[in-house]
Parts: sequence; structure tokens; C-alpha cells
Amino acid sequence: MTASTSPLLTVEDLRVTFPTRTGEVNAVRGVSFALGKERLGIVGESGSGKSQTGRAIMGLTPGHAKITARKLAFGDRDLLAMPKAERRALRGKRVAMILQDPKYSLNPVSTIGRQIVETLKTHEKISSAEAKSRALAMLEAVQIRDPERVFDLYPHEVSGGMGQRAMIAMMLVCGPELLIADEPTSALDVTVQLEVLSILDKLVAERGMGLIFISHDLRLVSSFCDRVIVMYAGKIVEELPSANLAAAQHPYTRGLLNCLPTIGTDRHPLPVLDRKREWAL
Amino acid sequence: MTSAISIRDMLVTYDGFPALDHVSLDVGVGESFGIVGESGSGKSTLLRAVSGLTSFSQGTLTVNGRSYPGRRRDKEFYQTVQMVFQDPYGSLHPRQTVDRLLLEPLVIHGFDNIEGRITRALDEVGLGSGFRFRYSHQLSGGQRQRIAIARALILEPKILLLDEPTSALDASIQAEILNLLEQARRDRNLTFVMVSHDLGVISHMCERLAVMKTGKVVETMPAEALEKREFSADYTRQLLVASEGFRRG
Repeated sequence: MTASTSPLLTVEDLRVTFPTRTGEVNAVRGVSFALGKERLGIVGESGSGKSQTGRAIMGLTPGHAKITARKLAFGDRDLLAMPKAERRALRGKRVAMILQDPKYSLNPVSTIGRQIVETLKTHEKISSAEAKSRALAMLEAVQIRDPERVFDLYPHEVSGGMGQRAMIAMMLVCGPELLIADEPTSALDVTVQLEVLSILDKLVAERGMGLIFISHDLRLVSSFCDRVIVMYAGKIVEELPSANLAAAQHPYTRGLLNCLPTIGTDRHPLPVLDRKREWAL
Repeated sequence: MTSAISIRDMLVTYDGFPALDHVSLDVGVGESFGIVGESGSGKSTLLRAVSGLTSFSQGTLTVNGRSYPGRRRDKEFYQTVQMVFQDPYGSLHPRQTVDRLLLEPLVIHGFDNIEGRITRALDEVGLGSGFRFRYSHQLSGGQRQRIAIARALILEPKILLLDEPTSALDASIQAEILNLLEQARRDRNLTFVMVSHDLGVISHMCERLAVMKTGKVVETMPAEALEKREFSADYTRQLLVASEGFRRG
């Protein structure tokens, strides 16, 4: 990222607020970062605002919420000032998102193949035959062994790992420049997690995408990403390169690292987080 | 070693599919025993078959010296064995207050001093009486799981079956719940059977563990063997590698 070219994504002072009966809930409170063609991890516990950050970038925040930012730009295009139709054209084509659970985020009444073709035909002028062959090639790229068969299956007919690969295929088929993965492997078995991650890793590297990897699992994120942002109560409390995770300064980050039981350490009781009020200020 | 739970050749089939395929296990009195495996390996089915939520068609089950048939369990069984489930959002009645949730088992089993027991149960799980008249939707995930643990402990059982008690919780909350469970086990001399897909959690909480795959027990070993990598099954090694996180290349 040099000064002459604008980064892939610029987020400055992003705020997401939900009005509720009991007052406003500030889910995201002034998040700023810039993303190039790199892998950025966003870590935090439930309610920390990590998913709402991803959704705001994607433009999937519920309509009643209020989004403000000093700057929210994709390349040099202002995402907040953009008309809805343009935002829709961007979404799926240049910015894509992988969600947590393939059971809930794939369309249950449409075959996997039809859903991938739909993405392609929405964004590109392309013949049906060509769309199908692109979809099949993409299914092969996510290491689905028998793409022809899986193309005609419904989401309930495949396993969780297979469904998640199909979702990755669906999201990458238009060749996005930015991929947001929101807990892409949390619903999967541990052994399948690694397979899916390595497929994702390979495709992101090959195609030169920017990746935002959102997860609650600090260790997983740090082993996957170049840089990690730690969020707490809607704010960034710490940002550090993954390699320097051990050198984390903020007590919250250190607490998160410490409280995991690991094989070969004997700590009874486990250290727990002592949440300080000033962290949330 | 006297056995708290002894399972011999247990078979559970769902429409002809063997979810538990002739499993044999022994859990000693006062022991903490772990079961690991992926989804579909039969680890939850095992707990459900022990607790009578699922019936087994072959094999024997002995709990505290008494043998039990495929499905039926009496009151005495539930005073000995209680269970905590994975999803604290699904395992508490949405239209009952915490007070009502804790009252029900006491009434069913004819306990006395109900008032005192409910207060003590809430104190023990670190919630205090301020939570007594709340509904479960007014609680966080960690608080709900504490209520589920209080509900299990209120009958003063000897054996606790734990089906992924922390996998729906944040890492920091997980540590609190694991500490709470360990404390309860020390105070009451409980026997634990804990199911999890997380080897780290199992090796922290348990003295011995069984690795399950496709309805069978692949291997049983002491928890230290994980650390020293003294196991024979290739599947155990795969699980261990997977638990260490992602590696490039």
C-alpha cells in the first residue's frame, strides 16, 4: 500500500447503531482500518461488533440501523454515498461474503448448481452453457471430487463441509477483489475445518484477493491471517501482526489467549477474563 | 476400580443405521471421563442411551451397581445421573422462570427445604438470588449454562453427563464454566462423563478419554498420553493435528 494508490478498502470511524425501545445500542463504535491485498483477521467475542463491521462493509445491515463513517470506501468509491443499485452490482461481483453455516445460508429449494449459475448470470452477460461450465470448474477448484453430481444436489443432500465448499465456490465464481468470511468454519468438524481453510487459503493466494476473516477463535485467526484486529464492545482494542501474537499488550487480548485449555498444560483453575470497565469506554 | 457406569456391547440403531456399534466402556467412581469424536461419531448418542433419551437394542448398562434396560429409567436413576446439554438456548423452557425451572426437579423427586435448596443452587453456580425470577431469554449464554448446571446439581446426583457443555460459548465464558464444573466435582465427589470435539477441553477436564469414530470406540487412553503422543490410532493423530490450528503448506 503506497500513498499513490488507494487501498482496496478504507474504513474510517465506522459506527453502526441500532435503535431499540430502551435506547440506542452502539454495536460498532468508531472502527478504522485499511485493507490491501492481504489477509486481515477480526477477532472478538459475541457482541463485540465484529460481524456487524463485516456486514456494514458488505451493505447487509438491517434497514432500521444507522451507519455512519468518516469514510467507507472500496477502492476510491464511496460505499455510503453509492446508490443502492450500484451497491447491489458490487455485491457478489467485486465484494463477496462467506457466512457461517451452509445449512442456513444456502437456498434450500434450489440446487447448488443453479445457485452458482444465478450468481454468474446476475453479474455477467453469459450463455447458460458457459455459466454451467464455469460453475463446474469452480466446484472443481474447491476440491469437490464429482462436480457434475454435486451441481444437481440440493443443499440438504450434502455434508456441512461440502456445503461450505459450495458456498466458497458460489462466492468466488465472479472473481471478487474482496472476500469477507464471517466464521467460515465454526459450524464444521475440526478435521473438516482444516480442509476448508486450506482451500480458502489457496484460492485467496492464487487470485490475489483481499480477505477479512471474522472469527471468535484468536488462535485460528492468527495462524491464518497476516494481521489481526481484536475488537471489544464495538471498538478495536488492539491491532497486531499475527506473528507477534505473544507480544500482545492489551489485557483483553492476553486474557483471550490465556483462557483456552491446551494439551500439555496443567492449569487448574483456568485463568478467566477480569473484564475492566475502562475497556468498554 | 469400582465402576460408576459400565457399558457392554451397546447397540443403538436409527432405522437400521448403527449409531452406536457395540460399544463397551467403564467409568470409575469419581473419575472424569472424556469422549471425543466428530459429529456423527456417536458420542452424543452414547450419553443419550445412558440417560434413557434414546433406547438401546442390545447390550447392558450398569449404573452404580444397578442394571438398566433399553429405555425405562426410574426416579432413583435420575437422582443418581443428571445431564447438561450443549445448547443453553434450547435446553431451558422459554416460558418458565429460573425459579420454576429449578423447582420442578425438586417437586418431582419430593425434596424438602425447597426454598433453601434453590437459593443454595443459585449461589453455587455464582448467580445469586437476583436471577431467580428471570426468564431464560433475559440471560446470556453463559448464565443460561450456569442455570442448566444448577438444575442438574440441585438433585445432588453422583454422576453428571455433559454433552458439549461449552461449545456454544465464547472462549472466555468457556473458561468460567469449566472452572465451575471442576469446583462442583471437587466439592461433591462427582463422576463426570464429558463429550466434546475439543481435545484441549477434554485433556484439561478429564483423566481418561475414549476416541470415537462412526459409532465405535477407536481407542481409550489416559489424558497424559495425548501430551506424550502415546496413542496408536491414526484417527486420534488426525484429531490432534486438527486441534493445533491451521498450518500453511
